[in-house]
Amino acid sequence: MRSIAIIILLAIVAVGIGVALMAIPFGVAKTQVGDHYTESGIGDTGASNIVTSVVVGYRAFDTLGEITILFVAAMGLGAVLAGGRKLGQRRDVEPASLILRTGCRFLFPLLLLFGAYIFIHGHLTPGGGFQGGAVIASAFLLVYLSCPGRRVSKVWSQTTESLGALTFVVLGLVGLTVGGHYYLSSFMPHGVVNELFSAGIIPVIYVAIGLKVGSDLTGIIDGMMEETI
Amino acid sequence: MIIFVSLLVLIMLVAAIAALIFRDLLSAVIASCLVSLLASILFLFLQAPDVAMAEASIGAALITAVFVIAIRRTDRYEE
Repeated sequence: MRSIAIIILLAIVAVGIGVALMAIPFGVAKTQVGDHYTESGIGDTGASNIVTSVVVGYRAFDTLGEITILFVAAMGLGAVLAGGRKLGQRRDVEPASLILRTGCRFLFPLLLLFGAYIFIHGHLTPGGGFQGGAVIASAFLLVYLSCPGRRVSKVWSQTTESLGALTFVVLGLVGLTVGGHYYLSSFMPHGVVNELFSAGIIPVIYVAIGLKVGSDLTGIIDGMMEETI
Repeated sequence: MIIFVSLLVLIMLVAAIAALIFRDLLSAVIASCLVSLLASILFLFLQAPDVAMAEASIGAALITAVFVIAIRRTDRYEE
């Protein structure tokens, strides 16, 4: 009897959602905001990558939320792992193979360089702070896998993270007061489109986000590895 | 082109179902890594290189590493 009631209820919900979705025209632009971004994105923000002009231009306040979520997630993981830490239970770790160690030594600087390239050129080419930060974190993951004894300095990673977050918040508030009427309004000259030093404060913001995301994700991996080894 | 994309989607579906079925959690994680990797290729075909980069670096690399470390810490096989 109860299951029949559940099925009927689910059917009613499904029909309701279906009717609601049928009312939305398929394949037609529902709002004009996307067209507006693609048309005037370059003129408004000076970034030739439209995605960047949305992420740290029009929707910069949402990006602040995303960064906060990442920070809270890293902090929560650290709190959970620190609670269950058992000292003196370290397992013996076999050293990594020669191929992994040599490959890591070769790839680590290249990965760091590539990550930095992605977030510095975020306003020109695809990618940005989040992608570059993830690439940098994967470089550190490689070090953790190949040299089990090595650790990233907690002081340095936390300082980098705090500096990145502070830069983002302070520049956003300065933009709010000086540049215009929304968070992270650009208060610097846009320069020539498609040049490295262009698009106002977007490159500065992306460097801050890249460093912050990179040290956040490295901190997550660090916490997990510390528990394992 | 459409054949290639449909092949990718098919492999992705198979990998996703395999990730659900596998009792060996390590194999399940590798299968879900394959889903992320193929999704990033599909994002590239859909002309979203930004999303493709995020999916490849976070979905395929970091998430897999975190899961593998967690499995090493706990049990490898599902009861």
